[in-house]
Amino acid sequence: MARHYRLLYFASLRDRTGCDGETFSSTATQPRDLYAQVAQHHGITLAAERLRVAINGEFADWNHALQDGDEVVFLPPVSGG
Amino acid sequence: MSAFRLSDRELDMRALGQELASPSAGACVSFEGWVRDRNEGKGVLQLAYQAYAPLALAEGERIMAEALAQFAIERAVCVHRTGELRIGDLAVWVGISAAHRDAAFAACRYVIDEIKRRVPIWKNEFYSDGASGWLHPDGSPVQS
Repeated sequence: MARHYRLLYFASLRDRTGCDGETFSSTATQPRDLYAQVAQHHGITLAAERLRVAINGEFADWNHALQDGDEVVFLPPVSGG
Repeated sequence: MSAFRLSDRELDMRALGQELASPSAGACVSFEGWVRDRNEGKGVLQLAYQAYAPLALAEGERIMAEALAQFAIERAVCVHRTGELRIGDLAVWVGISAAHRDAAFAACRYVIDEIKRRVPIWKNEFYSDGASGWLHPDGSPVQS
């Protein structure tokens, strides 16, 4: 059954998707699968290996068990400072 | 006030410095990160920082706590800008006070290095040739 995730986008992913966030319906239960679907949907070519993932405001593993309604953020390599 | 903060306005270094005051401190080291007019051979006109604020604040605060635990320091403060900045603007400020200078230098270095490595903040450079690009730590543009 499809779940609804709240996705936020930053930096190059925001440019690519053209939005700062969206609700994404998916059957994925882990961030790894979810990213594959999101990347395909938006034509993102950035490999998951170069990203980190955050769930509900904290860093998480790519195989974390997602819950319906989770806020998921795929984080491009950071460049602050 | 939190030891790590984000600000969408110009930083007041004088006020920030006063947060480091401590009667037992004999040393104060600060680092200023400025917006530079070149990167990787390209002319930079201005830049913009974006942050995932909730996680940036949480991770920044963890770094400050690590510095306080690992080094013999008194106070530690770091503020990072968000939004649009021009050449010469102050992008990030780190200040450390300590009884002695060795710990203050080491902690200041630790904080800025970890902030750049771990905190979800991104820099978009706008170049003099009209192009722009998001950067990652090796300085090359990120292609999405």
